[in-house]
Amino acid sequence: MSVLNAGTLRYLRGRVIDLALVMLGVSVIVFLMIRLIPGDAVAIMLGANTEVTPERVAELRTRLGLDQPFISQYLVWAGGVLTGDLGVSLWTRRPVLDEILAHIWPTLQLTVMALVIGAGLALPLGVMMAHLRGRGWDIVLQVLTVAGLTVPSFWLGIMMIFVLAVFAPGLQMLGYVPFSGDPVGNLTRLALPAFALALPILANLSRLVRSAMLDSLQQDYIRTARAKGVNERTILYRHALRNALIPYVTSTGIMAGYLLGGAIIVEQVFAIPGLGRLILGAIAERNYPLIQATILVVTFTFVLVNFIVDLLYVVIDPRARDTSS
Amino acid sequence: MNRRAPALLMTSATVVIALILLAIFAPLVAPYDPLAQSVLARFKAPSAEHWLGTDQFGRDLLSRIIHGLRASLGISAVAVGAALLVGGALGLLAAYYRGWLERLIMRLMDVVFAFPVMLLAIGVIAMLGPGAGPAAIAIAIVYTPIFARLLRGPALVIAASEYVMSARAIGVSNTGIICRHILPNLASVILVQTSLLLSAAILVEASLSFLGLGTQPPAPSLGTMLSEGRNVLMLSPWGAVFSGLAILILAFALNLLGDVLRDTLDPRLRGER
Repeated sequence: MSVLNAGTLRYLRGRVIDLALVMLGVSVIVFLMIRLIPGDAVAIMLGANTEVTPERVAELRTRLGLDQPFISQYLVWAGGVLTGDLGVSLWTRRPVLDEILAHIWPTLQLTVMALVIGAGLALPLGVMMAHLRGRGWDIVLQVLTVAGLTVPSFWLGIMMIFVLAVFAPGLQMLGYVPFSGDPVGNLTRLALPAFALALPILANLSRLVRSAMLDSLQQDYIRTARAKGVNERTILYRHALRNALIPYVTSTGIMAGYLLGGAIIVEQVFAIPGLGRLILGAIAERNYPLIQATILVVTFTFVLVNFIVDLLYVVIDPRARDTSS
Repeated sequence: MNRRAPALLMTSATVVIALILLAIFAPLVAPYDPLAQSVLARFKAPSAEHWLGTDQFGRDLLSRIIHGLRASLGISAVAVGAALLVGGALGLLAAYYRGWLERLIMRLMDVVFAFPVMLLAIGVIAMLGPGAGPAAIAIAIVYTPIFARLLRGPALVIAASEYVMSARAIGVSNTGIICRHILPNLASVILVQTSLLLSAAILVEASLSFLGLGTQPPAPSLGTMLSEGRNVLMLSPWGAVFSGLAILILAFALNLLGDVLRDTLDPRLRGER
């Protein structure tokens, strides 16, 4: 089966142009961050760590290129970004990319684990929930899923730590050890934060799968399949679920953004040295190049994930190839 | 329409209205001054005197939560209100005037929408400095594209409808058409989304305060209380337990209300999301 016909290519080209425009826009906004700080940004930055003197202000202004015209500032900065040079940390003068790479793995691992738990459990849970029909079940499931959706993940994390500290005082729950050094310790430490982070998307996605299943079970082709004598299991998993997958995949991509943001907070609860600690530390010492670069890297990751999800969407749903504009 | 809607609708609406009243009349309802410290009454468990106990400074937790509710709801309401005004206006302009203006507005909205919510909020606060005001501005910016995208779609349909064309034919002005014919037809969409986004904004505001980027201590705020409560969790869990529960109840009631409203007002959308 080839998915690369003319319609698909046209769709792909449109998506790539969209991607480029969004990334350009994101880079402009992130670039403007320093320039739009109310007051003298350079004095504010310096004020975090040292005494502000005119010489120091002038030196830093030159170092950050803030004495150049706006457009050339952007071009220099964007050129750097394209070649992997995201600037240097204000205080340590280390490349910010190094700082980000040193902190990105715990966050990425946490996000991926939460996505696997949330999206993975949502399919069987949603299919199970589709068996529970009727008004009573509708109310119960609506209340339960809305509750799951609105539980603050950082509070859930704190409560889990408290309960476990009371009932299993010996358990090591906080901090982070690299997977390569101690795989078991790594996974047991990240299990709780990943679950706390995953609960809202589990609630969201399982509910979506349930309603999509109920929806597609009412379609004509399901009735036809039943009339042909296809067994109920095949109908459920082969026919109904496949259609229910479309909204599920799209939403999973959007969840990635929620997870990346949520991870920043949950990391603080579980003392995980990830991007959350990096960016909060950077805010405390007003290390703007580091803040900028972190936001840029995470947002680009999120945009790329959604781009890939959009492409998956074409594979799952052939109709998307023609209707997209 | 099925019969489950009224029962759930009434329940969630009652809870939301009760919480709003509690927030508005916080100074009258709260049994103690939320800032009053008492060395003798530190870390008290819930009792007849202090229903929810006291914190590490001997401050009454119930009073702090009621005032925190006021702060959370206030900041979120202002932020979502601003996002509705700005985003809604942009969405309507795009739908009504089409052409390059629409492309420009929607591209800009796509870009803002491309940032993960918490990250953009943190970025805005990094620029403006921590505080309740910057938190409100950050949340407003984050939710503006959601309203713009949400209202543009239905506004496009209505703008192309026969009654809008008739209104234009008899010479009603553009502003008149937008305000009198398009806007009222979007009321139910706006109501539903405002309720849902208020719920989400409560969680974002609480997260920001929890990280120390929102409302600053000693002012009572649910997120700050949770963060303080977490530091003394093993001495006295009450602050963390109750402030988190308050965030949950507030966000839950608003989300359920939006959810049920959607089912009730627009049966076609039933069960989505």
